[in-house]
Amino acid sequence: MINLTINGKSVQVEEGTTILEAAKKVNIDIPTLCFLKDINEVGDCRMCVVEVEGRRGFATACIQKVEEGMVVKTNTPAVTEARRVVLDLILSNHDRECLTCTRNGTCELQKLAQEFYIDDIRYKGDRNVHEIDDLSPAIVRDFNKCILCRRCVATCKKVQGIGAIDSTGRGFTSAVSTYKNKSLNDVNCTFCGQCIEACPVGALKEKDSTGEVWRALRDEDKYVVVQTAPAVRVALGEEFGMEIGTNVAGKMVTALKELGFDKVFDTNTGADFTIMEEGTEFIERFTKGGTLPMITSCSPGWVRYIEMNYPELIPNLSTCKSPHQMFGALIKSYYAEKINVDPSKIFVVSVMPCVAKKFERTRDNMSGAGYKDVDAVITTRELARMIKQAHIDFVGLDDSGFDDPMGEATGAGAIFGTTGGVMEAALRTVQEKLTGKEAEKLEYEPVRGAEGIKRATLNINGKEVKVVVASGLKNAQIIMEEIKSGKADYQFVEIMACPGGCVMGGGQPIRTSKERASIDIRSKRANALYTIDEKSVLRKSHENPVLKKIYKEYLGEAGGHKAHELLHTSYVAREKYKLEE
Amino acid sequence: MKTLEEIKKIREEKRKELDLRVNTSADTREKHILVCHGTGCTSSKSPKILENFRKIIEEKHIENVRVIQTGCFGLCAKGPIVIIRPEDVFYAMVKPEDCEEIIEKHIQNGELVERLLCKDIDNKVVKQLDELNFYKKQKRIALKNCGVIDPENIDEYIAFDGYKALEKVLFEMTPDSVIETVSASGLRGRGGAGFPTGKKWSFTKMAKGDQKYVVCNADEGDPGAFMDRSILEGDPHCVVEAMMIAGYAVGANKGYIYVRAEYPIAVKRFQKAIDAARGYGILGKNIWNTGFDFDLEVRLGAGAFVCGEETALLESIEGRRGQPRLKPPFPANEGLFGKPTLINNVETYANITKIILNGAEWYSSIGTEKSKGTKVFALGGNVNNIGLVEVPMGVTLREIVFDIGGGIPNGRKFKAAQTGGPSGGCITEENLDTPIDYESLQSIGSMMGSGGLIVMDDSKCMVNLAKFYLGFTVDESCGKCTPCRIGTRRLLDMLTRITEGKGEEGDVEKLEELCKNIQKASVCGLGQTAPNPVLSTIKYFRDEYEEHIRDKKCRAGECKALMKLHIDPELCKGCGLCKRNCPVDAITGEVKQTHVIDPEKCIKCGTCINKCPFHAIKS
Repeated sequence: MINLTINGKSVQVEEGTTILEAAKKVNIDIPTLCFLKDINEVGDCRMCVVEVEGRRGFATACIQKVEEGMVVKTNTPAVTEARRVVLDLILSNHDRECLTCTRNGTCELQKLAQEFYIDDIRYKGDRNVHEIDDLSPAIVRDFNKCILCRRCVATCKKVQGIGAIDSTGRGFTSAVSTYKNKSLNDVNCTFCGQCIEACPVGALKEKDSTGEVWRALRDEDKYVVVQTAPAVRVALGEEFGMEIGTNVAGKMVTALKELGFDKVFDTNTGADFTIMEEGTEFIERFTKGGTLPMITSCSPGWVRYIEMNYPELIPNLSTCKSPHQMFGALIKSYYAEKINVDPSKIFVVSVMPCVAKKFERTRDNMSGAGYKDVDAVITTRELARMIKQAHIDFVGLDDSGFDDPMGEATGAGAIFGTTGGVMEAALRTVQEKLTGKEAEKLEYEPVRGAEGIKRATLNINGKEVKVVVASGLKNAQIIMEEIKSGKADYQFVEIMACPGGCVMGGGQPIRTSKERASIDIRSKRANALYTIDEKSVLRKSHENPVLKKIYKEYLGEAGGHKAHELLHTSYVAREKYKLEE
Repeated sequence: MKTLEEIKKIREEKRKELDLRVNTSADTREKHILVCHGTGCTSSKSPKILENFRKIIEEKHIENVRVIQTGCFGLCAKGPIVIIRPEDVFYAMVKPEDCEEIIEKHIQNGELVERLLCKDIDNKVVKQLDELNFYKKQKRIALKNCGVIDPENIDEYIAFDGYKALEKVLFEMTPDSVIETVSASGLRGRGGAGFPTGKKWSFTKMAKGDQKYVVCNADEGDPGAFMDRSILEGDPHCVVEAMMIAGYAVGANKGYIYVRAEYPIAVKRFQKAIDAARGYGILGKNIWNTGFDFDLEVRLGAGAFVCGEETALLESIEGRRGQPRLKPPFPANEGLFGKPTLINNVETYANITKIILNGAEWYSSIGTEKSKGTKVFALGGNVNNIGLVEVPMGVTLREIVFDIGGGIPNGRKFKAAQTGGPSGGCITEENLDTPIDYESLQSIGSMMGSGGLIVMDDSKCMVNLAKFYLGFTVDESCGKCTPCRIGTRRLLDMLTRITEGKGEEGDVEKLEELCKNIQKASVCGLGQTAPNPVLSTIKYFRDEYEEHIRDKKCRAGECKALMKLHIDPELCKGCGLCKRNCPVDAITGEVKQTHVIDPEKCIKCGTCINKCPFHAIKS
């Protein structure tokens, strides 16, 4: 243990602790901007400078490790002045149109400006002016807002192993840019959106689709159906100041109805269909010698990644569409017939924890019923935005339930929103289908939890099934290399692009660097999903009565011809970089 | 491959053969024509001079005359320089077409080519190099072989005690005694910061690690500095040898030299030196059967000033973007590829072999109490003798500028000198007698720096000078940390405004505040020292700043925006020359009438001033 004093307070911490962490232990707050725990610990922004007795110049609290007998002062006039100057400098090169910024109110820079009471820019000068990149269907980069903290760069490189963005240029004209400064649309970006979650300001944001949704809602001719992904309900409340991990499904449905959607359906039901199809596909491959391992395909960022990086493994991808796409196809076919509405008039909106879903919607082969399965994708953040625009008092809303007939879902569908959830849901069904017996235990503990890679060997009907679950694309890469090199003999692989799965998706409420350092956000959101599952009466997808009914009345066999037409898709090998024509 | 005995033999024989290089009364019938092949002289066609000499000698079948390329003699202002040994006659500003005359007159007839002899500042014709005031106060240790040997010939290096220090170290000294010697010599880092070299070596030796590295920082980036370049061009083997000694002392078997690609001659000669040393078995495995392995590799920098910062340099060698790392950990513990690494600059290494051979006591007898030995300066700016000088620590700036440098040209007055380049500060008339050493320079707000020394006369505006250096830093900032990336730019913005007459009351205080915070909050030395030129010019020339801001006046006349041109009616004869030459038609007036400048239209280009035969145009 190391003993030191910070602002006169004695602190004892373990060796290897940073000054920032040690200070936090005694409730001393040190401002940070570029710091993102475990991801970007570089000391670039200089907001966290502190004085250490006997040292020339300042120490960098976010990375400087404590030393025995260290005397640290975090709030001397000199430190405060230096931080104020640093902040002033950042602001002098920042597009300060705060009122018209998506991050107004949630911006870490804005908060610091408030705390430091910046009422004027002392060091004025020209700003760097950049073109906004809004060519991709998922992510908008507005470099005029960038403060070069490089949290996005570290996330893209270190967490996701992609490196679509990196530092370019030098000095005042330094920038975070892509290969040849191309649009994210034309480089190796997977649209996972983790960079958005990392950005302290408004330099990275989702491509806003609320306008299209409002337009559809205003259009009398449109029959507007909304569906919400499992992970949305356990995060949406955060946008309204509620505790992380609160399940607000009931309030969300009420709010959606108040917003004017004609029907509010549950993507969890779509997830049940995915399990039926994917489970059937797996059994087929497993028992009849198909391409193994079979890899899940629900995560569009992941699908884009494999298309760019491992096209040779595309045959391993399940041909199943993701739940909301399946569901969209069913709404525009089965449900349209059922309510006798021309499917061309149906407008399907998906509320997703994901920005890559915005891209997925536009993919080829995503029009099962002859119309685009889904017409607009909005993220959890965008839904919150719409609720706020409508001045709905979200916290005070009463609960209501999803609409019939496509609102009934199983617990298996709910856990789709977390890493390991798709695997667990699938195993529940596969196990029973293969053995013909009810399982004694539905929880598959080895595939639960925070680890980026979880491997397990299961025994199903006397046969060994090796499964692996990975979240985060860097982990996905490890698994793909294992498969490619023949080192691994998995049969079933679940991959989610975002670390922790959809609950930590790129469309979820953005938490500050300080919150990310101190709260286990992933567990809180994931546990809320597991609680939904636990409390569900039905916990296996194949037991969902809606599903049974639709297969019986409309689809026929799982994995059959009609199901394939509506619920399956195809993939293409993609170039990582769009080179000049 | 050569055995140690063979190398000793080369040393003995070659030394006799080359005695005429250093001994004017050498007993020989040979003559050596030395042609400077430093970068300056090379760009003034010295390779052509060398070629011409050789051609003429061949054509005329002259025997016993050799033509040799050497490194820099130092007096770059008089280049290309040709020296004839053993008589040590020194010809300045030689052109390729002068070769014929030199051969005929000097070599064949024993007469001096008077017109090519150099005139000293006092107009005295100088025959020998040593007679020049320029050389009188110099002491050449680091530059010992520069201008004496052919840098591309390992035998010539060996002749002048080359690789003798290595031999001594490997056979007679322990790593600890090497470090003790270096420590006792008092040698401090010549890269600028002046950290005790022996201490650095011992930190690296003490660091735990199965693999250690020795690195030479040859990323000399200060504007106007060419000390390290000249050493690498003139005596590359002395750096190879010193790096080997360092490797032996700290326990490293691999060295890297990081040279900027803009130094093609230095790169070429250093690579040749490595190849030659390898060829002789001096570099490689089990050197001279001592069990010591050492090899060297050249890494090229792409011209980023920040890569002179040691941790950014390491990043660049490792193939990453040249950005500094935060210290601690220091390179001695976690350096190149995460291994303990010793980094010294070229000039520091250039002193090592001499310290080993002549002893710590000899070295520490030179210089001042805390700054031992000599320092090489690249003398430039408004001074007569532009060039490379090596002086013992403790000489005064006045001696360098006036005795060695020959004072200020064109009868102008000395105003200030800048040491330490963009990281340093200016030294004024009142501090001219400050002895040159690390502490004294720091105490007057400047720094030793790597050795750039730029002299300015009274035609230089100090605000503009600060602006120049900040412009450099802004270009060279890596962009990693906020204070340097944006702060230096804002300093430049303010300085630009001031020089354009848009300065406001309070700007000087604002500059000082920002400077202070950039110094304290920047990640690396580049940012931490970037404000120095601003602070030191404010310190000594605050009145000039105030004049720019309050009176919109630049006393040196350098800030064009502040220039107000008018025509003196007393002197104007109405010739119309100014009017005809004004590019923006800002001048009006009838013939034989006084002309007038419209200040709204005038762009202050100065054409009229140059054209007016009556000096009637005043600023």
